Amino acid sequence: MRRHGSRRSRRPLFVFAASLSLGLSALAAGSARADEAPVKMGFVTFLTGPAAAPFGIPDHNAAELLVDELNAGKVPAPYDKAGLGGAKIEPKFVDESGSAADVVTQYRNLVERDHVDVVVGYVSSGSCLAVTPVAEELKQLTVLDICGTPRIFEEKPRHYVFRVNPHATMDNVAAVKYVLGKFKNLSVYSGINQNYAWGQDSWRDFKQAMKDLDPAATIDKELWPKLFAGEYGAEISTLLTSNAQIIHSSFYDGDLESFVYQAAARGLPQRIPLVLTAGESSLWRFGAKLPDGAIIGARGPHTFFAHESELNTWFRRTYVDRFKEAPIYPAYDFAQSLFGLKTAWEKAQAKKGGARPTNDEVIAAFEGISFPTPSTTVHMALGSGHQGITDTAYGTYKFDKVTSKPTVVDIVRYAAECVNPPAGIDSVAWLEGGMKGAKCE
Amino acid sequence: MIVARALIPGTLAFIAAAALAPALPAWLISLATVAFSNALVVLGLIILWRAGLVPFGQALFYAVGAYAVALIGRYTPVRDAFALIAAGALLACLVAFLVGFLLARYREIFFSMLSLAMSMILYGALVKTETLGSTDGFGVEPPTYLGYAPEGAMQHLVLFWVVLAFGAAAALLVFFYFRSIAGALAVPVRDSEIRLEFLGVSVNRLVHLNLMIAGTLAGIGGALAALAIEHVDPNMAYWTTSGGFVFVTILAGAGTIAGSFIGSFVFELLKSVAYDLLPGTWQIFLGAALLVTILFLPEGLGSLFVRLRRASPQSKGAAP
Amino acid sequence: MLTAFAIATDGLVYAAYLFLVAVGLSLIFGVMKILNVTHGSFYAFGAYGAAVAVGMYFDRGLPAAGGFLLMVLVAAAVGLVLGLILERGLLRLFYGKDEIIVVLVTYAAFLILEDVIRLVFGATSYTLYQPLGAAGTLDVGTFVLSGYDILLVALATLVALGASIALKYTRWGHLLTVVIFDRELAAAVGINVSAVYTITFIAGAMLGALGGAAMAPKIAVTLGIGVEVIVLAFAVVAIGGMGSIGGAFVSALIVGECRAAAVHLAPQVELFVVYAVMALVLIFRPQGLFTRAQPRKI
Repeated sequence: MRRHGSRRSRRPLFVFAASLSLGLSALAAGSARADEAPVKMGFVTFLTGPAAAPFGIPDHNAAELLVDELNAGKVPAPYDKAGLGGAKIEPKFVDESGSAADVVTQYRNLVERDHVDVVVGYVSSGSCLAVTPVAEELKQLTVLDICGTPRIFEEKPRHYVFRVNPHATMDNVAAVKYVLGKFKNLSVYSGINQNYAWGQDSWRDFKQAMKDLDPAATIDKELWPKLFAGEYGAEISTLLTSNAQIIHSSFYDGDLESFVYQAAARGLPQRIPLVLTAGESSLWRFGAKLPDGAIIGARGPHTFFAHESELNTWFRRTYVDRFKEAPIYPAYDFAQSLFGLKTAWEKAQAKKGGARPTNDEVIAAFEGISFPTPSTTVHMALGSGHQGITDTAYGTYKFDKVTSKPTVVDIVRYAAECVNPPAGIDSVAWLEGGMKGAKCE
Repeated sequence: MIVARALIPGTLAFIAAAALAPALPAWLISLATVAFSNALVVLGLIILWRAGLVPFGQALFYAVGAYAVALIGRYTPVRDAFALIAAGALLACLVAFLVGFLLARYREIFFSMLSLAMSMILYGALVKTETLGSTDGFGVEPPTYLGYAPEGAMQHLVLFWVVLAFGAAAALLVFFYFRSIAGALAVPVRDSEIRLEFLGVSVNRLVHLNLMIAGTLAGIGGALAALAIEHVDPNMAYWTTSGGFVFVTILAGAGTIAGSFIGSFVFELLKSVAYDLLPGTWQIFLGAALLVTILFLPEGLGSLFVRLRRASPQSKGAAP
Repeated sequence: MLTAFAIATDGLVYAAYLFLVAVGLSLIFGVMKILNVTHGSFYAFGAYGAAVAVGMYFDRGLPAAGGFLLMVLVAAAVGLVLGLILERGLLRLFYGKDEIIVVLVTYAAFLILEDVIRLVFGATSYTLYQPLGAAGTLDVGTFVLSGYDILLVALATLVALGASIALKYTRWGHLLTVVIFDRELAAAVGINVSAVYTITFIAGAMLGALGGAAMAPKIAVTLGIGVEVIVLAFAVVAIGGMGSIGGAFVSALIVGECRAAAVHLAPQVELFVVYAVMALVLIFRPQGLFTRAQPRKI
């Protein structure tokens, strides 16, 4: 006969839980006590979940590749010094999946438990926004990687947080310019974007830029499928009944592929050209399945749009050799982040006569610098020198039937100061104000 | 006398935690703060649990509490933690009161699914609200405590103590609630509603009351979590958040007040270890840990379910 | 007029998707009273299995009809293996325990299987595009319907009919129905409830895997596709009534059409549709649309 609610039956639970807690705390704390020489770097990206395929894997691949090549000193100039100024990089990878609470907890673990020197990463804008104030509070040098929201440096000035990759405003400004270059008097357009911050922000920027540059254009259909919905039959039907001349979409990877396959099967992209602001990431998988004529962006001058340079050739070659596939824009984004950090680090080190710089010295050196990357040159021009800008480019898709390779033709480049807001004004305000201050040729 | 004795281990545990805190590493304190905020939600869950109801939408109140804190901080100069938490609690209580009129009429899986639907509707509304950042959410300003504005490391210590205080107060209140008539009536709600109705008790009103208590507790938990994480986003209202609370509840050997706190803490710790050791495969670790706990902690889980199991033999199943 | 036609057809296609995803769950819940969270894993494994196997098939240039048949076979195989392992190996350890424990066990199994997928198939996404092309299109005036969508609707109808007939007219169907009604009585009458459980679980697993396999050509098969499906399936089952095939069918139709209408006419509302429908239905029919009269136990 079991006695109900007897204290005896609960004691084993207490003992178990207590010992488990102690054991786990010890285990958790015992991980990674570093010696001083290497640079401990926390890399945070999506290792699991649906964002792993489009972002996490290329991010992680680029990280592994660059850490190994940098540590071996095999990167071409000006990055030929081993590691960061001679100190080897010791990476620690953390999964970005989970709630905001999980992301913040893992960030605190990296900083307060594992004592990393720098944190690099974060794909989701939500993660970036959650982690930034914590970085400032803990005075931890952090380089945000792929997230696109302009809010990071526009809401508050930041001291410890940097972002080398430009934010997402320039993607859609350049998209509008390219579209208007091809469709001289665009009158109707539609959009299909994922119903979450990224999709909403992209569409908002595209609409506003269109209003600035072609006020006569009207919107026919605005579609908002759920993120990772996967099934777009109803949306495609709606677009088939649309009289739009182009369809804007900020879809990426999985959703983009599903949409394109389903749409192409029903003749939509052949009828109405798609404008895919993040389309580059899927071009290698589309092959002939994406009809020619789609307008493609790469969130920067990456892959097809990258400027020729020894660094670019080296990066592509080593990446393909190691991973048997071409690097897509998230990999380029990561390279930019790491090379920016390296430039700042070594500049601070040179100022100190070769001694290892403190984080504060790296920060001082990081602000406002310019440096080459496999794609282009980055200028840390916004957010008081904490936010980078680059030029960008758009092109039109054409599948080369002879070589069976995807290519992009009719490439148009846009200077950094033309498609990014000038220093001192918020992106949204800049767009609403007619993009005053933009310097285009 | 018996009651006082039953309170001793819990009181000692809270005092010990508060006293040890300054000596513990900062990351552990932050982790524990989040864990104990969630424990309050779990505490609310237990109340409904005893009545045989498993809400899959506690995230609704959690998010309401969290967003109340965040919105007040964003649009007014109010920074006092206690005022913010009170606002979160009140708002969550109000929402529970309103939602309860509908929810209290349902039982079993329909109660669960309807409560899930409510929280997902809030989620959808938050996602559509671009001024609040949609899925990116927005930040929560660091609070002050009755005029005192802690600096640096003290910020987290003070918040931890505040969370502990709320946790202790909630635990005490729930403890006495269980011993009250209203609380005691929860068990018969699960066993046989009809008999209860014949006794003259309005079961729907009882469920409504339980919902309000659980909702308020979840709102306080959400408010505290918002202060701890310093960020709110719609995901706090998503069904996976609710699911997380439910599973911590069961894992903890639910039904015991102590279990809520211990279980939440162990779960957060497990997650941290999983992320740390197995960055790409932490879900296997978590799932395996859950299974192991279920298999080898029959005492902890069993004592609850012997107490609360329905009298009907249907639940015993026809297992071979 | 075109819009109305588009809404009608889109609703049907989405309903087919919902039904295929939910029917297995409804069966398992109806018979075993288990809220099977692992259902998401069946869906995911079915999708991955189809993407790999059927992809290889089409790459060899073999006839399309065989490819479609292979999809069903792969789903059946995946469901059989997974269902057996889970039911015999894991679930039966917990049958005597409270139902909520069993839900937790299925959740733990789901977590584990999510990472097993990552270990087996990797984190890159798979695409199975060949069946889409092979099925062709159907032009209705200026409107283009995908042949594959039509096949999906046909499949869902077949499954609905097959399941209903099986339940009504076969021996196993009768046994399942008795257990749905009253487990205790079934055991008392001498029915081998344990065997019924195993058969049901495997059938549910196969149906879940079939849902995944059937959807694989339309979506990008990647990590995490199981997660969303779980809540959708639960919602459809809750609306339709537990254990009722017909209920799942009707509820899928309702949700499908409402969602299609939302997409065409009020796209911003699309996020809420499933939950709003569920809330509305439950307000007016608290036990779902198709439930059997429950005797009140005093």
